[in-house]
Amino acid sequence: MSTSLKGAEGLRSIPDLLRRNKQAFGSAPAYREKEFGIWQTWSWSETADEIEAVALGLLEFGVNEGDFIAVIGRNRPQLYGAMVAAQMVGAIPVPLYQDAVAEEMAYVLDHCGARFVFAEDQEQVDKVIDIQDRLPGFERMIYLDPRGLRKYDHSALNKYDDVVASGRAARGTLGAELERRIAALDYDTTCVMLYTSGTTGKPKGVVLSNRNIIETAKASSEFDGLRQTDSVLAYLPMAWVGDFIFSIGQAYWTGFCVNCPESADTMMTDLREIAPSYYFAPPRVFENQLTQIMIRMEDAGPFKRRMFKYFMDHARKVGPKILDGESVGLMDRLKYALGEFMVYGPLKNALGFSNVRVGYTAGEAIGPEIFDFYRSLGINLKQLYGQTEASVFITQQPDGEVRSDTVGVPSPGVEIRINENGEVFYRSAGVFVEYYKNAESTADTKDAEGWVATGDAGFIEEDTGHLRIIDRAKDVGKMASGALFAPKYVENKLKFYPNILEAVVFGAGQDRCCAFINIDLTAVGNWAERNNIAYASYQELAGHPKVLDMIQSHVEEVNASVAQDDMLSACQVHRFLVLHKELDADDGELTRTRKVRRKIIGEKFEDLVNALYGGADSIYTETEVTYEDGRKGKITATLSIRDATVVPVEIKPLEAAE
Amino acid sequence: MKDTEGYVTADGRQIGGVLMEMQNITLRFGGVVAINNISFDIREGEIRAIIGPNGAGKSSMLNIISGFYTPSEGQLIYKGSPRPQMKPYEVARMGVARTFQNIALFEGMTVLDNVMTGRLTHMKSGILSQAVWWGKARDEELANREVVEKVIDFLEIQNIRKTPVGRLPYGLKKRVELARALAAEPSLLLLDEPMAGMNVEEKEDMSRFILDVNDEFGTTIALIEHDMGVVMDLSDRVVVMDYGKKIGDGTPDEVRNNQDVIDAYLGVAH
Repeated sequence: MSTSLKGAEGLRSIPDLLRRNKQAFGSAPAYREKEFGIWQTWSWSETADEIEAVALGLLEFGVNEGDFIAVIGRNRPQLYGAMVAAQMVGAIPVPLYQDAVAEEMAYVLDHCGARFVFAEDQEQVDKVIDIQDRLPGFERMIYLDPRGLRKYDHSALNKYDDVVASGRAARGTLGAELERRIAALDYDTTCVMLYTSGTTGKPKGVVLSNRNIIETAKASSEFDGLRQTDSVLAYLPMAWVGDFIFSIGQAYWTGFCVNCPESADTMMTDLREIAPSYYFAPPRVFENQLTQIMIRMEDAGPFKRRMFKYFMDHARKVGPKILDGESVGLMDRLKYALGEFMVYGPLKNALGFSNVRVGYTAGEAIGPEIFDFYRSLGINLKQLYGQTEASVFITQQPDGEVRSDTVGVPSPGVEIRINENGEVFYRSAGVFVEYYKNAESTADTKDAEGWVATGDAGFIEEDTGHLRIIDRAKDVGKMASGALFAPKYVENKLKFYPNILEAVVFGAGQDRCCAFINIDLTAVGNWAERNNIAYASYQELAGHPKVLDMIQSHVEEVNASVAQDDMLSACQVHRFLVLHKELDADDGELTRTRKVRRKIIGEKFEDLVNALYGGADSIYTETEVTYEDGRKGKITATLSIRDATVVPVEIKPLEAAE
Repeated sequence: MKDTEGYVTADGRQIGGVLMEMQNITLRFGGVVAINNISFDIREGEIRAIIGPNGAGKSSMLNIISGFYTPSEGQLIYKGSPRPQMKPYEVARMGVARTFQNIALFEGMTVLDNVMTGRLTHMKSGILSQAVWWGKARDEELANREVVEKVIDFLEIQNIRKTPVGRLPYGLKKRVELARALAAEPSLLLLDEPMAGMNVEEKEDMSRFILDVNDEFGTTIALIEHDMGVVMDLSDRVVVMDYGKKIGDGTPDEVRNNQDVIDAYLGVAH
């Protein structure tokens, strides 16, 4: 097809989109960043000029077409610009997780053979310097924040501002070469390479072409009617595909404004100040916010508490219906309007959700109560299901068809099929090109016709056409009795309690299920304060008998609810313990996107798993922990193990499903 | 000791000439001799520590430098000329800023307002024009706010900018105090026990900030500290005091091996 080679509306690459935006709405804001307490704005034409200057600076350093340029740091306009500048000169940008330790970075930088690195500050520069001896391809680093770097050896180190200045000066000599490079970009040129967080094994480099990104951005922007006047807050890791699609793909396609927070700690304040119209957050963020609200309401005066409860009860009743456009009685509408004035409006304002027109959550299942809470306030929160390999979008929920237990209908241009084992496959314009230097994995994941295996098990609801995801296909297993074992299903039910931060359920091949539980320090800490329970540390609080009682009651409620499900009733938790440390990505227990690494946890805490399946009431354990600066330490604890009441059910061996 | 050549530190920093020189300082409170005939100098760009056991006269020494006490005998040479008797605010105007051993912030005011008070010595408009907040007074405040915001950014306290100081934990209050002192853009920064009462992590943070301040702005720093590890790591030269007398002066290594210093800290058999 000739149109597809030229690209959507003749725009073949992100640099093309940038030029269009400069012409179409040059003075409109492209990026904002809060610095020195004030929101600084870059218009599209300022952005385009600065990015071209960086690109010219890169040409001066001798960047070749096809080179890899790594970008490490938190969300900042200059780093987004650096990625586009890399694309302009025909290089491939590779954003990295900025909180990764040097060892993890070494693998990725070596795997792609990055010649150049953009680093945000001294912390990132130090990490790369630590590992540069092992990176034969590495040549030069460009840093943004000069603080603390004055005395470093600058033979292979440049300040971003200097690169911009010398790039501007070199326009005369190198301008023609830059034009040639931009013109050489086509729809199948690599747009970006993103490393998957890797729940198992080493990270894989997912190669996404301009076609993938632009087609996906176009389709998804149209799906939700995104406009040039929209704004988003960019706070999720730049190495994550979602951020790339929102802050570059969709932002460049529609021309909306991307806002960068002042620092990670000020995110909530900045969110409130910006009040974005398009917002994305993983369920964890919504959970934390709800926990915060509930804690604050517990501390409020009796009048406010009663008013909050009264209007929230009403909102739960009619809020979602109003949002979905269903018919609601006049009295209820009036009462809701009063509630909007008294409670919902101020609450949304405090949360920074006053202007949200489209909000998404994805990555994990969200608790129905949490989901309904936000929707009842009138916030159009929806779910989507996606993957790096799909350039995010596989399914998403259209307005008016939003439910907490499905992930929606196939996104525009996406085909879905379920194979005989229940695994979900998809095919779309956004399907990735390949895993870099890993033909074997590419062939395993993507077949000759372009169908990609998601690794998730699910089914399509017959009456609505919505997709429902049960669990990771490889995690779904069988218990000794032959019953279906879906740990995520139970874990999610547990995690819906504010007091439980994380849960890991074991049981594949066993006769019963057992669980590790992590308490949520904010919620449980506040509960302890109100109940006069003294504690000196996380560990002491986690081991407190009253905390264990509370968690036990949660587990038993979950068991009762699991027992209702015919297929999964065998997954009730028989025994559990509360872990003495928070599961942490630095210790390898979670991925950088905070997903549980089941196998690693099972191996690391093998003694605890054995104790759960043994008969002991308590177990002594030693655990190695890694501090933020990479040093290691040890903590020891004696954990008590509790038995939870289970609802007796008839175990059905899993035959029908096979 | 009159040279203006300076020296080069172990990590390769060039230290300049003498910024302030204490000549035969003695301080008496009635019959008590708090400081007994002490002389030493502070050079431009260095981190100078004053250490000693409790009651050695360290804080008194700092109070003399900041102009809170007037020495009974001896004189201070600041930037080449003898400093006359001055009020503390006059000393502050000359570019000397300090933090306190017991935090002295305005608890009910926000972090931002507290740090703004550090700019007072740089504000010239009168109380009336400030109240009207128009023209010059407004421009002046905007310029000062910019300096303050840079300090806030430097010390990474953006997230507590609008928080009342009274609600902050101890370690952060110490950092706010440092911010206020830095906002004055001092040429000499006096830190009275900056790490007192901190845990290891807070101490590491504070050490990093002290080094960064010295590195980025070239600020000369004189500090009193009890944590020997911190003192030996941070400072370029150390003065050791005991019972109001100077018993040692030199690089951390020299001081560590000085027998008088070892005796003062470990005690001697009589």
